[in-house]
Amino acid sequence: MNVLERYEPLIDDFEAFRAACERPLPSAVRVNTIKTTVERARRAMETADMAVEAVDWHPGVFRLPDDQPGTNWPYVHGWLHGQEEVSALPAVVLDPQSGERVWDACAAPGSKTSQLAALMDDSGLVVATDNNLGRLSALRSNAERLGVTNLAVTVEDARHHSLKPFGDPYDRVLVDVPCSCEGTVRKNPDALDNWTLDHVQGISGVQKGILGRAIEVTREGGTVVYSTCTFAPEENEAVLQHALESSPCRLVEFDCPLECTSGVTEWEEERFDDSMRRAKRIYPHHNDTGGFFCAKLEVTGG
Amino acid sequence: MNDTTNVGTRFDRLPATADDRCVEGRATRREVLRWWDERFGVDPEVFEAYSFWERGAGKVWAFHGDLDSPVDVEGLGITFLRTRQEHWKPTLSAVQRFGTYARKNCIELTETEARRFFTGEDQELDWDGDWGYLVVTHELAGEQEPLGVGLYVHGELRSMVPKGRQRDLRE
Repeated sequence: MNVLERYEPLIDDFEAFRAACERPLPSAVRVNTIKTTVERARRAMETADMAVEAVDWHPGVFRLPDDQPGTNWPYVHGWLHGQEEVSALPAVVLDPQSGERVWDACAAPGSKTSQLAALMDDSGLVVATDNNLGRLSALRSNAERLGVTNLAVTVEDARHHSLKPFGDPYDRVLVDVPCSCEGTVRKNPDALDNWTLDHVQGISGVQKGILGRAIEVTREGGTVVYSTCTFAPEENEAVLQHALESSPCRLVEFDCPLECTSGVTEWEEERFDDSMRRAKRIYPHHNDTGGFFCAKLEVTGG
Repeated sequence: MNDTTNVGTRFDRLPATADDRCVEGRATRREVLRWWDERFGVDPEVFEAYSFWERGAGKVWAFHGDLDSPVDVEGLGITFLRTRQEHWKPTLSAVQRFGTYARKNCIELTETEARRFFTGEDQELDWDGDWGYLVVTHELAGEQEPLGVGLYVHGELRSMVPKGRQRDLRE
């Protein structure tokens, strides 16, 4: 837990934060509305004797206090997808519409990809990119089970994503980058075992590159959502600061349906733009979820 | 490699009709629509917004929308139909996604039969209709839901659920 102590200056109730990080995380499922309705899925789960608790901020997300998703009828029909509760947030913030063109820049294993497709009623285009073939195969099999048909999958480094097969720039892009995953410590207690500041700083460079490319391939007036499951400002506000300074974009306000705090405007020796307060930090003790960071950007004229 | 050979690693849109076909043996859009209509009574209008693509020999994918063909991607929509064989075979993904539109050659299983079927078991069942591939359904949340593909021959329903999708739901 030593790593997390570096965030004590940022967190109002650090003891509650630390206690939450030590509690295991309940499993959760999201209803796949491409194949069914929330009501029928709930009925199927009840028939299968699964204990479910609806979450109050998202009508299709249920906590499973006793069960793991997996061997039951609604799952094999692709009505359910096991997905950590807080990770259902960025697709909601991106708010893609039917018929739009959307890029999921770091897509595997496809939880958020399939959620984007469902929000779009499985119409328009979702391009899902990842650089890891093994993880892409998990994405492909999830997309098959969930019946996602508006999806094109590419294997490439998102920093060099080619628009060529798809034509025009995107309306919206989800940039849910690889990160140090500090916020997943409740799910993976060893998530912090190999933590180093070098790794955080190294991955921050990759994150800047991916966000930069995302802004480049989004039309003027389009939306980019940047998210991580880490607390490190080096991977959050510092990446956004770099984008504000080097790409045509601005941070925009959004309503976060989960309890959260604002992005920070200073960290150690660094100062960030005041608009960083529009980003949201979600700590595990806020909503009894994993930790998360989410920001919404508008792409402006060059 | 020329334009008349199937390239297994990229996606090529199916030609609209036999007159448009350049690649030998490739199914056409018209044939695919007719097959779903004749075999399962699925109205071709269901697929109006879909384009069909071949990647891998005979493997046809259904994509909601369209792109310039050929396209070099890892996946495009869902796997849909196995062609280039005497009896075309729908995929489990296609049947779960589009099976609700089927009007014939659908077999309803009881709870126990459905559990056996999804475990990969073959079972002796009565069926008055055609032999061949069937849409297998069972009741879920108050309605019949398409679960997968069965092959009915010689008084037996053979489970076509791929190994990777099978689950043991027996009690």
